[in-house]
Amino acid sequence: MCTMICERAEVEGSGKGRNGWFPLEMVNVSYDHPFNAPWEYGVNIDFVNQSRGVGSRVAVELSPQSAKRLAETIIEALKRGEADPQIKVSVL
Amino acid sequence: MYTTEQFEGIIAETITINGTNGDAIHTYFARPMGAGPFPAVVLAHHLPGWDELYREFTRKLAHHGYLAISPDLYCREAHGTPEDVAAAVRAEGGVSDDQVMGDLEAAAKYVLSLPNSNGKVGTFGTCSGGRHVFLAGCRLDCFDAIVECWGGNVIMSDEQLTDKQPVSPNSYTQDLNAPLLGLFGDLDQSPTPEQVNQHEEELKAAGKDIEFHRYPEAGHGFFYFDRPIYHQSSAVDGWDKMLTFLSKTLS
Repeated sequence: MCTMICERAEVEGSGKGRNGWFPLEMVNVSYDHPFNAPWEYGVNIDFVNQSRGVGSRVAVELSPQSAKRLAETIIEALKRGEADPQIKVSVL
Repeated sequence: MYTTEQFEGIIAETITINGTNGDAIHTYFARPMGAGPFPAVVLAHHLPGWDELYREFTRKLAHHGYLAISPDLYCREAHGTPEDVAAAVRAEGGVSDDQVMGDLEAAAKYVLSLPNSNGKVGTFGTCSGGRHVFLAGCRLDCFDAIVECWGGNVIMSDEQLTDKQPVSPNSYTQDLNAPLLGLFGDLDQSPTPEQVNQHEEELKAAGKDIEFHRYPEAGHGFFYFDRPIYHQSSAVDGWDKMLTFLSKTLS
């Protein structure tokens, strides 16, 4: 974790951690050493809710190429969903 | 050197010391049994946290006859699994250099105060800890030996500086006041071989007592036997060079 490269954004949603589902507050995306994935540097994505403690975390560690594919895939899914007039996002 | 007829024993436990600003911080302390006097080593853990690996490093140094002490540099930030705590610290851009300096100095003063200390203390760190021990060798005057292992961001650009890391450590090169052993992997990306060369050249130009070793087949973190980046022959040789250096400088 020597790069100290980390981008953060507030998010709304739910994450499933070690103790089940919890509401998300933030996503932290770092380009640094992963804890588990087998390369020196990767894109580490932590969905967290700090107000519930550091253990409220859903972690994913991706290769840079995989992270780009994920970002593109999210954008593509959003485009299709937002283009469909039948779909309305609202809290049930 | 250990031989099989010798008695051997260590004690290892979590204690509390007062670090920067007098804050109580947890510290893992492993030491040989017996009256000593023993030399000491302060361990600066890596950014992945105050983890099992660093506990093992601490016990290994105690096994080799050192009062080995590893403060939890993230103790103020949070408690949880080492990975969860480290992830939270990573998101905040690490901990401040000033805070770490105070904690390492407090750990050194603690071990030096013990009746079984021989009055000498070194410091060892890897990754961000390698950076921290180089800084400690320059900014503090309590250490008699520095073991810097693949310290990342020892050379920082202006764009990389933050409120927590406001000065590139190599700016302090002239102030290094203890012998330094540096271990590096040529396949590392942080520090790169070019940065290691620059670091070594700056130290030599300043007339410092240094010993650098580079391992051509090793990358970052080649001591970490719990990760794929472990490199056996480089790690064995690196530990051997480190123990020889500590024996020479802290006796």
